[in-house]
Order: sequence, then structure tokens, then C-alpha cells
Amino acid sequence: MEKTINKEQIRKPENLVYRRTPLLVDVPLSYCPGCGHGTAHRMIMEVIEEMGIQQDTIGIAPVGCSVLAYDFLDIDMQQAAHGRAPALATAIKRLWPDKFVFTYQGDGDLAAIGTAETIHACNRGEHFTMIFVNNGIYGMTGGQMAPTTLPHMRSSTSPYGRDVEIMGFPLKMTELITHLPGTYYVTRQSVHTPANVRKTKKAIRKAFENQKLKKGISFVEIVSNCNSGWKMNAVQANKWMEENMFPFYPLGDLKVDGQIVEKK
Amino acid sequence: MAKVVGDIAVNIERCKGCEVCVGVCPQQVIGMSVEVNGKGYHYAGPVNDKCTGCENCALVCPDGCITVYRMKVEVEQ
Ligand SMILES: Cc1ncc(C[n+]2csc(CCOP(=O)(O)OP(=O)(O)O)c2C)c(N)n1
Repeated sequence: MEKTINKEQIRKPENLVYRRTPLLVDVPLSYCPGCGHGTAHRMIMEVIEEMGIQQDTIGIAPVGCSVLAYDFLDIDMQQAAHGRAPALATAIKRLWPDKFVFTYQGDGDLAAIGTAETIHACNRGEHFTMIFVNNGIYGMTGGQMAPTTLPHMRSSTSPYGRDVEIMGFPLKMTELITHLPGTYYVTRQSVHTPANVRKTKKAIRKAFENQKLKKGISFVEIVSNCNSGWKMNAVQANKWMEENMFPFYPLGDLKVDGQIVEKK
Repeated sequence: MAKVVGDIAVNIERCKGCEVCVGVCPQQVIGMSVEVNGKGYHYAGPVNDKCTGCENCALVCPDGCITVYRMKVEVEQ
């Protein structure tokens, strides 16, 4: 009985349980093999699909590897100057308070050149969502050290590892903005395992739903890999991330519904 | 008794051969091809019939190249 089931019988439209969301434009993504940006894009678009808000969402693309996000996400998009996505999002959200507005930024964009925009948008309590993809380096330009680079982590501009005596300490932007009164939901997730992908999707959903409440910024950090920049393959990079990034950038909620989550 | 069977369809030309899907499959269904696709990558694909349609591989695929099917079948004891 069992043996009579063949692939043609299983591969029928009524048995379809997962497919790439059509809200992602049907083109190859420009990212390196195994890069977390692709999964992060897909989760955002699945949330938008489920909420039925494709026509009401405006995304802001950053400068960085994800600068081309406007080619991949089938929604209205604007591209901002390096680090200025929160400023652009502020203008758009204030002009169209009922649209769903989000920024999508890397760590070089959000936590280096865009530090001022990030902090002030979070402190003003704008009502948009920020998606922060933290891979610990400047991916696009060739793996240079970023504010988020871990101590002793090698990058193309810290080839012997980040020496905190000379190069300063890594910046935990997510912890920093948690303590600003203008943030309503702050969480840190990842997209390297199925369980984490599901959690990230839930977090993005919550962040988008929060926009209806107009109570401040919803901020989702996604700790991700940059296997090209880290000079590893994708599987090694995900393992390295678990062993090195997560102890420094622990996953979980930092602020929920305006209340800081107390760590045990 | 009912049993769940599944299958995956990989978009071979979109697969970049990152192998992230291989390790997350609880049934060890996925392997990498010997041949390469148009871009020169060894692409992922099912190597046995143990797929249960759990979606794990499709969730982690950065390029969203995996489509998953799942159906229930009655099996005789
Ligand atoms: C004003 C300005 N300064 C510098 C650059 C060069 N630049 C392009 S991308 C980038 C870093 C992006 O890194 P990150 O935000 O971490 O994104 P990733 O590429 O890692 O996804 C820099 C410094 C630029 N494009 N514009």
C-alpha cells in the first residue's frame, strides 16, 4: 500500500504546504549563498501577505548588501542615504500615519553612520518598525570592522582581531534603545534554524501589528551571518554565530508592550 | 493507521548550494547534486523517500527555492 505512493501523487496543488511567497519578486536574490538577508526578506513578506497589507506598506531600503531590497520586495519602497532610513521613515509615517512603514538596515547602516538617526527616531517614539540585520561587519564593502564587531573578531580592517584597547568596544544598539522611552517593542532574533525563523516571523508580525497602536518604535534585531565576510561557508558561519555572536548578543525579547523584560 | 508523506521540489536554477537545508532535515532527505546548475552551484535535492513535509528546509532556505508538499495516506497494519 505504502509503496504505491509516488511523487506525482504527493506534488499536487492540494498538498502544497509551503512555497516562496509571491510577494517576493520572482528574481534571484543578489545575496551570497547562505546569507540570512534572504530569509529575513521572506519572513517580512510572509507577514505582509498574512496581514493583507501589501498595498499599505512602505519599506525603506538602506545602504549595504540589502540596498537592492526594492528589487526583491513587491511593495512600495524608498531607498535612503546611508544610515538615514529612520529619518525617511519618520517623514513617510508622519505623512501617511495609517500606512505600515518599516526600515530594513544592516549594522553598518543602523549602528555606525546612522547612529544619530536611529537613536533620535527611537527617542522621539515614531510609530514605525525597524528591522536590524546584524552580521557584525560591513558586508557589502568587503567585511570591514563595524561598531558591532565582537572583541577579537577578525575583519578585513582588524585582521588580528578587534583589539578593544585601540578599536573600542562593540556597540549593543538594541540594548541601548531598549532604555529609550520611545520604543514599544524590542527583540533580538535569528534566522539560521527553522525554530528561530518561526520566532522571527512572530516577532515581525508583532512589530507590524504594533503600528496600529501608535505607541512607538517596534525594533526587531536579527543576528545574522556574513559567511563571505567571515571567510567561512554558510554552515560553518551559522555555527560560528551560535558560538560567538549569541553569547554577546543573546536572543529574546528586551522590551514588550513598553515594559522592559527583566533578565533572570 | 494514517501516515504523513511529503516531498520537496527544489528550484534548481535558484539554489546556490549553501547546504543550510541539509543539516536541518530531521530525516536526512536532502543531499547535494554531483552536477552543477547554470551558475555553477551544486544544488540541493531529495535523495530518499523519507520526507514528511515538515517544512524545515524551506524555512531556512535563504533563497526560498524549496516548495513543500504533504499528504496523509492510510496504511494497512
Ligand atoms: C555616505 C556613505 N558612506 C559610505 C558608504 C560605503 N558603504 C556602502 S555599504 C557600507 C556598509 C554596509 O554595511 P551594513 O550596514 O552592515 O550592511 P551589510 O552589507 O553587512 O548587509 C558602506 C560603509 C556609502 N555607500 N555611503
